[in-house]
Amino acid sequence: MSLADYSGAAACPGCLTATEAVERASKAASEEARDVQLSLPTIHCAGCISTVERGLMARDGIVDVRVNLTRKRAVVHAEPSVTDEEIVAAISALGYEAMPLDGATLSAGESDRLARDLAMRLGVSGFAMMNVMLLSVAVWSGAADATRDLFHWISAAIALPTVVFSAQPFFKSAWSALRVARLNMDVPISLAILLASAMSLYETVNSGAHAYFDAALSLTFFLLAGRYLDQRMRSTARSAATELAAMEAPTALRLIGAEAETVPLAEVVVGDLLLVQPGARVPADGTIAVGASELDRSFLTGETDPVAVTVGSEVKAGEINLTGPLTIRTTAVGADTLLHSLAELVTMAEAAKSRYNSLADRAAQIYAPAVHLLALAAFLVWLWLTGGDVRHALNIAVAVLIITCPCALGLAVPAVSTVASGRLFKHGLLVKHPTALERLAEVDEVIFDKTGTLTVGAPVLANAEGIAAGDLAVAAALARGSAHPRSRAIAAAASRLGIAPADVSGLKEVPGYGIEGSYMGKPVRLGRPSWIGAETGEATVMRIGDAEPVAFHFIDDLRPGAIELISALKAQGLPVTLLSGDAPGIVEAFAERVGIDTWQAGVLPDEKADVLRAKAAEGKRVLMVGDGLNDTAALALAHVSIAPGSALEATRVAADFVLLAPNLMRIADALRVGRSARKRILENFGVAAVYNMIAIPIAFIGLATPLAAAIAMSTSSIIVSLNALRTR
Amino acid sequence: MEVLAILIPVSISLGIVGLLAFFWTMKNRQYEDPQGDAERILRTDYDDEPAEDRKRR
Repeated sequence: MSLADYSGAAACPGCLTATEAVERASKAASEEARDVQLSLPTIHCAGCISTVERGLMARDGIVDVRVNLTRKRAVVHAEPSVTDEEIVAAISALGYEAMPLDGATLSAGESDRLARDLAMRLGVSGFAMMNVMLLSVAVWSGAADATRDLFHWISAAIALPTVVFSAQPFFKSAWSALRVARLNMDVPISLAILLASAMSLYETVNSGAHAYFDAALSLTFFLLAGRYLDQRMRSTARSAATELAAMEAPTALRLIGAEAETVPLAEVVVGDLLLVQPGARVPADGTIAVGASELDRSFLTGETDPVAVTVGSEVKAGEINLTGPLTIRTTAVGADTLLHSLAELVTMAEAAKSRYNSLADRAAQIYAPAVHLLALAAFLVWLWLTGGDVRHALNIAVAVLIITCPCALGLAVPAVSTVASGRLFKHGLLVKHPTALERLAEVDEVIFDKTGTLTVGAPVLANAEGIAAGDLAVAAALARGSAHPRSRAIAAAASRLGIAPADVSGLKEVPGYGIEGSYMGKPVRLGRPSWIGAETGEATVMRIGDAEPVAFHFIDDLRPGAIELISALKAQGLPVTLLSGDAPGIVEAFAERVGIDTWQAGVLPDEKADVLRAKAAEGKRVLMVGDGLNDTAALALAHVSIAPGSALEATRVAADFVLLAPNLMRIADALRVGRSARKRILENFGVAAVYNMIAIPIAFIGLATPLAAAIAMSTSSIIVSLNALRTR
Repeated sequence: MEVLAILIPVSISLGIVGLLAFFWTMKNRQYEDPQGDAERILRTDYDDEPAEDRKRR
């Protein structure tokens, strides 16, 4: 994305340090071979791996290439003489898209480490569970006396160290909840594991008949499996999200004298002169020192049309420079820019969302105290019945704790979330927040932004068919060299109609006005009506010599699936509203076109947030879909939010889902999957409840043997996992 | 029942071998790219030399 813009600019002779940003990331000594991380979105097969790896290895200066198909990435170990641009060009030549990633952003090794840690604990508990289970089978089938004691002792030797190692995540989480005087699901889990181990050890020492080592271990194993799935799902989402961020490598072109050098954005200070090439994003807030151009501000204001700027005008970080090169003097960098001031809003919203009470939390709030009370009741009742036999009463209490331990509950949510997120990821939708799916299922109103969300955010030529082919050919020739969205639209329309550009010479782009050149000895101009000498209006006009001016009209094209999505939402009975910063006329026409009845135009960013606040106060659960910085606050305040992948990072951070696919109908899919996931979670809770209703009385009257506990626990876990697979 | 004295240590040590193998695969980062590894085995261009030797030709 914007890195491609910067790298284009960095190809100038003065920018020899263009790779600095990546070198900084690789952390290796800059003289040695370094690792370059690349995103390869189009690889999908064994052939692709071979082509990329072999093709790159054949080049000089490349030491090693390793393609990761799961993450659609490649790590290239290259000598410093090879630049990123060369590697990207080499991969493009092999027929694959490649984008360099900023390694510093990617090196979020924390979640990776956590996943490996959990997998290790899971492996150990799995090993121990199987061994102890084998020994237990012998005991259940009738081993007695010394043999039984020996088997119990061996089980203890395997089980106790495993519990200490593998169940740590539960102990830690339970402790942190208890410290603030709260109960979470991990409290009964920890208590059951610890009590079962201690009780079994006591029984083993006293040659008792029943030991629950296998139960303690299978509890640990099944619950760790749930925990691992949960972690995996989050880290996949996070890795894809950081990848999006890493594509926007934070660099700027700093002017020192007449030379421009590429520097990491972090090194830019207030007062620096920065060069912003046409097509690039403005890296920091500032005022224009030299040059005139047009800026695309749509992400900030929601306006589709570019704004003309000249010396002295203010520019904001994130705006896209369109026509002429600009030199800006920075007035704010990093955390002081408008872009970053929004981060605070996002943090606020995150805090609000973490207060959301998920289904699992609500279940735990009922479940945890109930389990403890039941076990205590069992202990007291049996103490009274047996006239003070502490050992027997404690045995029964432990059996109740083990039987009721939320094995199925621990798997109920993560298994469903994993399946649902996997399905959505295949559809091109990234689930960023753990409770996002549940919140999505509760939506009862949808609010859309216009520019860049329901529309592509780029104009298309509306009257291409009405323009003479000869005129369009000249216009296409003029437009070819320009980055202005309207120029691109003209060029695209010409190539769509199969019209080759005419032979126009002496092309010159006049920033803020248009493009001029000469065609068959006559001067031609394409641009603003006032500059060409035509009547003023919204259109762009072209005049060849003294001929009558030709008008070009533009509309912002709809994103694929927009109309279908709106009608699908209406069919589901969800009210749809359009909030846009654009002018009322445009918004009204647009709303009519896509079939939205309620709309508000000219809405300022603060007002968008106010609308969302008002809705929340009414008790509405709003799904907000938006891409602009002006939507960020609204996205953060909404019950649940979706941002398209084309949005800026700050906006994507605020959203719960990122839509990577171009088709908006995926949002309808997401709603369906979200509802289905919620249904499966509730069903799983139902399964767990039924299981408990049968198992608790049996445990309570003292009939739950370790064998019964093992069977019950496994079947309920398997039923819950299989039910999760039905999410679609 | 004397057979237990042999069989139990044997079965447990076999289990431990499995566990150590699992530790080794974790350390070797063999779970980084499951999809890629599944595809790699189907490649037609069999890598007939270890990766370390590839550049020394």
